[in-house]
Amino acid sequence: MNLRRLTSLLITAMALLSATPATAQLRIEINRGVSEAVPVAVVPFGYDGPGQAPIDAADVIAGDLERSGRFAPLAADDMISRPSAAREVNFTDWRLLKTDFLVIGSLLDQGADRYLIRFQVFDVFRGAQVLGFQIPASADSLRAASHRAADMIFEKLTGTPGAFSTRIAYVSVTRQGEKDLYRLFVADADGANPRMISESSQPLMSPGWSPDGRRLAYVSFEGNRSAIFVQELATGERTEVSARPGINGAPAFSPDGRWLALTLSGQDGNLDIHVLNPATGQLRRLTKNPAIDTEAAWSADGKSIYFTSDRSGGPQVYMVPVDGSSGARRITFEGRYNARPRVTPDGASLAVVHNDQGNYRIALVDLETKSTRILTDGRQDESPSLAPNGSMIIYATRIAGRGTLAAVSTDGRISQTLAAAAGDVREPVWSPYPTY
Amino acid sequence: MQTKQLFVIAITCLLAVGCAKSTKPDEGAADAVGTDDGEISRQAGIDTGSAAGGTEYLEPGMLPGDSTLIQETVIYFDFDTARIRPDYSEALSAHARRLVGNQGLNVRLEGHADERGSREYNIGLGERRAQAVRQVLMLQGVSAAQITTVSYGEERPAARGSDEAAWERNRRVEIVYSE
Repeated sequence: MNLRRLTSLLITAMALLSATPATAQLRIEINRGVSEAVPVAVVPFGYDGPGQAPIDAADVIAGDLERSGRFAPLAADDMISRPSAAREVNFTDWRLLKTDFLVIGSLLDQGADRYLIRFQVFDVFRGAQVLGFQIPASADSLRAASHRAADMIFEKLTGTPGAFSTRIAYVSVTRQGEKDLYRLFVADADGANPRMISESSQPLMSPGWSPDGRRLAYVSFEGNRSAIFVQELATGERTEVSARPGINGAPAFSPDGRWLALTLSGQDGNLDIHVLNPATGQLRRLTKNPAIDTEAAWSADGKSIYFTSDRSGGPQVYMVPVDGSSGARRITFEGRYNARPRVTPDGASLAVVHNDQGNYRIALVDLETKSTRILTDGRQDESPSLAPNGSMIIYATRIAGRGTLAAVSTDGRISQTLAAAAGDVREPVWSPYPTY
Repeated sequence: MQTKQLFVIAITCLLAVGCAKSTKPDEGAADAVGTDDGEISRQAGIDTGSAAGGTEYLEPGMLPGDSTLIQETVIYFDFDTARIRPDYSEALSAHARRLVGNQGLNVRLEGHADERGSREYNIGLGERRAQAVRQVLMLQGVSAAQITTVSYGEERPAARGSDEAAWERNRRVEIVYSE
């Protein structure tokens, strides 16, 4: 009976499905950028090859720079000239347009599905090149190569590595007649290329990336119980790694990718933090407290785990060493609700869900000073996740009754929304840097 | 108040034969589960037809009136608590008697939370509520082997919307029977 129920109810799309409904595509809008955004011109790239250029690389790069909130790209229509090689550049044109930096480039079709994206960045005031690079690509990777170019430009001009080549996993929920349909998506950081990796009529939740960006761990309630799966993104192959009695929740890969921190409750419903080695099945319990202990997050060095616990009454963040050498230590004290910690890449702060006078908001807790800085102004903001360069936090919010994704810079100055065309989207998780 | 409302709905169901789809808040969720287990417990009440002048059908161990009481399959909770309100004690006792008298019968307790706050923490709150109901049943002699719990946190709301009216219908434990 159980088996029949499983097959009849479960629509699990395992492989990376090529056909993705347009409704799942996220559209990014910048709500607030920095007033001193740097004026930059990304000139439409030259193209050397048959037919039309297969991609508008300059448009992808300009879009990335603009969405970062730190750059104000010049509209192509306002450009006086459109150089694609250094010898064609007349710096006077760009000084007239009050452009600080100029990006030019070209795309070469070398035949046999081989392309070359070549680009140069100039300091207009000094009239000198600050960066020049070429990236080989195939037709399939032209977009990724353009994002990588944007990453390099961003790093050269800001000193911070770009995160435009990263991806975002998120859960989408749409109403299908009487039922909800839960789907797990992976999209580019700019919302493009959404790919569905799992689908179920039962809840899917808590996606978490492996540190190499090749796998996702998540919770699925298929079969009327919770279980944790790890899925290979390239093949769609998934493995059930924990389906113990009670809760199997909140999976989080260790920085070395060998361990999963997770929440188990057992039959008696006492949620505690455990670490599991999925390869060997080795399982260790890290907390032993009658309270709710959940939402584990690894410290950058992999030696400690931050987690949510309501052992003091309301939920607060605690930390426990993974080697079990000492007990849990309380980390957050400001406010009556601090949950779902995520560590910033520099290890200095925690992004948390913080209750601010009845509103749930994303806040940053400085681990040294213990001070709390509230970054968002929604009523139900949750699920913070950090970009791997530490510049932005993506999170879930509600706008006009609908689940929507949003992002805010860790300095609070830049904010964006990432709206889906239909349904609710939630639980965004930012991928690590891609491995080249 | 909540109980009275449900009681009225239960009575209405008894009167209107074949009223399997009432407006009870658990209906949508039960459909989403697609389990026929929930339907079995409901049909037990419908089949008696006591309103038409028959006599109440009682399973082993059940007391007169229990077939009405076990129509109450959703226990609601106050904000941020897993404390069971005293007005549910009669209904839970009837469920306990039914389970004690029918060892072959199993029950799944589905805990839920409202949407506020962090999702995995809300899984914990839903579990705590399911465990509270489990404790009540076990204290009245139900075997642990007959009970499983699952917490859906805020993932499967019974009511849409972001107001107190929706939230109070979502803080709940659903009692789902299976053979």
